[in-house]
Amino acid sequence: MCDQTFLVNVFGSCDNCFKQRALRTVFKKSQQLSYCSICAEIMAADGLHENETLASLKSEAESLKGKLEEERAKLHDVELHQVAERVEALGQFVMKTRRTLKGHGNKVLCMDWCKDKRRIVSSSQDGKVIVWDSFTTNKEHAVTMPCTWVMACAYAPSGCAIACGGLDNKCSVYPLTFDKNENMAAKKKSVAMHTNYLSACSFTNSDMQILTASGDGTCALWDVESGQLLQSFHGHGADVLCLDLAPSETGNTFVSGGCDKKAMVWDMRSGQCVQAFETHESDINSVRYYPSGDAFASGSDDATCRLYDLRADREVAIYSKESIIFGASSVDFSLSGRLLFAGYNDYTINVWDVLKGSRVSILFGHENRVSTLRVSPDGTAFCSGSWDHTLRVWA
Amino acid sequence: MAAGPAPLGGHPRAQRPHLSKMERVVVSMQDPDQGVKMRSQRLLVTVIPHAVTGNDVVEWLIQKYCIAEDEALHLGTLLVQHGYLYPLRDPRRLLLRPDETPYRFQTPYFWMSTLWPAAELDYAIYLAKKNIRKQGALVDHEKAHYDQLHRKINHTWDLVVMQAREQLRAAKQRRKGDRLVIACQEQTYWLVNRPPPGVPSVLEQGPERGSCTARQVQMTVDFYKREIECCRKALGRTRVKSSVCLEAYLKFSSQRGPHDPLLSGCLPSNPWVTDNDTYWAMNAPSVAVPTKLRVEQWAFSFRELLEDPVGRAHFMDFLQTEFSAENLSFWEACEELRHGGQAQVPALVDAVYQQFLAPGAARWVNIDSRTMERTLEGLGRPHRHVLDDAQLHIYMLMKKDSYPRFLKSDLYKDLLAEAVVPLEMKRRVFPFMWKPRHSSPSLALLPTSTSGEPEAAAEGSSQQADPHKAGGPWTELAEAWHSSLAPSPTFGTDTQSKRHSLVVTSRGHGGAGGCATPTRPHQPSSSVVSQRPQLCHPVGQKWFQPCHPSTNQFWFK
Repeated sequence: MCDQTFLVNVFGSCDNCFKQRALRTVFKKSQQLSYCSICAEIMAADGLHENETLASLKSEAESLKGKLEEERAKLHDVELHQVAERVEALGQFVMKTRRTLKGHGNKVLCMDWCKDKRRIVSSSQDGKVIVWDSFTTNKEHAVTMPCTWVMACAYAPSGCAIACGGLDNKCSVYPLTFDKNENMAAKKKSVAMHTNYLSACSFTNSDMQILTASGDGTCALWDVESGQLLQSFHGHGADVLCLDLAPSETGNTFVSGGCDKKAMVWDMRSGQCVQAFETHESDINSVRYYPSGDAFASGSDDATCRLYDLRADREVAIYSKESIIFGASSVDFSLSGRLLFAGYNDYTINVWDVLKGSRVSILFGHENRVSTLRVSPDGTAFCSGSWDHTLRVWA
Repeated sequence: MAAGPAPLGGHPRAQRPHLSKMERVVVSMQDPDQGVKMRSQRLLVTVIPHAVTGNDVVEWLIQKYCIAEDEALHLGTLLVQHGYLYPLRDPRRLLLRPDETPYRFQTPYFWMSTLWPAAELDYAIYLAKKNIRKQGALVDHEKAHYDQLHRKINHTWDLVVMQAREQLRAAKQRRKGDRLVIACQEQTYWLVNRPPPGVPSVLEQGPERGSCTARQVQMTVDFYKREIECCRKALGRTRVKSSVCLEAYLKFSSQRGPHDPLLSGCLPSNPWVTDNDTYWAMNAPSVAVPTKLRVEQWAFSFRELLEDPVGRAHFMDFLQTEFSAENLSFWEACEELRHGGQAQVPALVDAVYQQFLAPGAARWVNIDSRTMERTLEGLGRPHRHVLDDAQLHIYMLMKKDSYPRFLKSDLYKDLLAEAVVPLEMKRRVFPFMWKPRHSSPSLALLPTSTSGEPEAAAEGSSQQADPHKAGGPWTELAEAWHSSLAPSPTFGTDTQSKRHSLVVTSRGHGGAGGCATPTRPHQPSSSVVSQRPQLCHPVGQKWFQPCHPSTNQFWFK
């Protein structure tokens, strides 16, 4: 008789399925467990599944994206400039600087208009946030933030407060007060908390909610009074640099653009990404909705601005010129949507005819890159802020 | 002034795409056939080959890119500022002069895209060379840098001086022309990397981007799963043909063209151009007689009618005549819920239910049974979106039903007929006739008509305080204009100097950190005065105040 080796089996209840079986010792995350042979097999297969998943998911995502592009192309029967041939060309535009706002000691990074059509808030690299009456060029309020590079600022719809944030990873709301005895900084309210710099913020329809975009790759909706996070939006693969709320009837969506070259449209209620567009070749610095809410424009470091239609679900126009080499930092539409103003890193502002796709005019004046550009709420002028420490109102 | 950071670990980001584009331009400029005309330039006794004049550069840019001269000059200047072209004479200032000034193309060794760190040691060697070669050649800021570096890297100063001497000796072996060129190249390189004070550095980039990808937070299974989910949903969505979408833009733009001040001007005049703010006074959010363009705009879309406080008020009047005003009030209440503070949600939902949805409610709205069922179910756990379905239903009802009737109604037609078309006001030619620019009262100021202390505000549903109103000065301003046809100058400076103590209290919910909003004094609901028209806030007048603005003589003359 030959030697026979017997396996000593321990019978007992499996730690996973609790059935009475022969048990084997397995180690899961350095914890010793006793599994039955079936559960042990499953666990081994899972581990394999985990590693395979990442690569296969990635390729699945790629192939789906390809299919999506095909689907989108199917309904694309005409180009915008072809349709726009019927439209009259725009005449010569004479736009001049009507006001120059000097007072920032460092690069102006962001600005926003108040609903009263003349006040603006602007923020700069040295942490100063100033509220101006740009019609008279008077400064009305000034706050010094405890951080540098205040990259985001917004005016509340009521005109009673401003929000700003930057390298401090937070968004703070300051109520505006004319009381000489009150220090604005004393009433400051910290609303948003991110894990990286704040790149953009915007109030929704009221003073009570604020939407923020951050370098940590997420956007978030906050309740101002309590600082509570109402909804967060995950999906960007890199820093989110800009956002804009849709002027729609139901008022439920917004678009964001990021360093992953994607522009994504989100549903504010569910936190889901509704649409995504990935045709830019570099970081998207700015997104802005077309006044009807059916489309949005984006400006990017690849020196182009692009128009994306939401119903057709595709890019419908590219605004670029060979002589424009530097990235577009900021875009906005005129009231009728016929003109697109874009500020570039080569210190100029280009005015594009949205329908025909041609450039209408180029505006010189700034002595360093244009970092921010917004059209006033009633469309009578637009304001540009630049790294040359000034803001200019053009009309 | 920090130089732009080199790309992080992980995958290198194409940090500055404009550099590679500029390089392509510069390379094509040096093309022997298509490029800029090269010639030899005489500098004193030396002849430098392959030089170009500023004029030629500008001409070439105009030709190649079909742009105007100012743009070509600007582009050329940028090329020089980034160190791709350097002037042979006076290389201290990086400017492009559109004349016979000679320039040369920088060697790729010194291009910005090489991302060399331009270290202190190198700069010290360069300055030392300059100092040795010609005493007193260092400019002020260079001298300051030199001294600073001397202190900072004193321990290696011998190395610096030795290197400098060696390089100078090696340079002496070269022909004079080459020596000059190399000196210019180096000088340009350092002008770009260490700009003199007052000249903005072209290397500045702003805060680092994409640093989070280095942490690899995103590239997980979840991220891809989400992407796949998003793609799948996107594949299933219905799309509209491009032709239809694009036609819509044409229609939209042509319709709004006359309303766009930057496109078609505005009457009486654009305030920014003529320094006269009559346009704003005439188009104030609450004005007795709106302009014709404004009234026409109400016909463009239902949303725009509601967004305009005057339009909304007239629409409310119209609904009153049709006995369906509760629809609009309900919609306004829902808006307030959706955009209000989180803490107010339960109270508001309850109030809305009592007023509009409960069986036998005072202002019951007619919603279809399924939506009503769903809404009532959701009311058990109130959240800010619980009334969304009902709100949408009512909105669509108004949009499809009441709104078209409003546009055809006599009420609207009368408004159109009465609407004002301002006369054009030309810019005053003589400066001494220009009126001073009036400052307007800030919305953050309390209305001047408050009587001392505001009473305690938050008391459940009886809270009359609307934190979004800041009415007084605006309505008074509009009235003043209406009566005297000129903006009252008193509002400019007086309200600012009045400085009556601004009582900015929190909304009385116990938290000291509340967002400070001005509270209105508690006013009896029957008061007409409480119907201050809403200003810059789309949520309309308090929906639970039964008194209607039509009795307020502010609306009708």
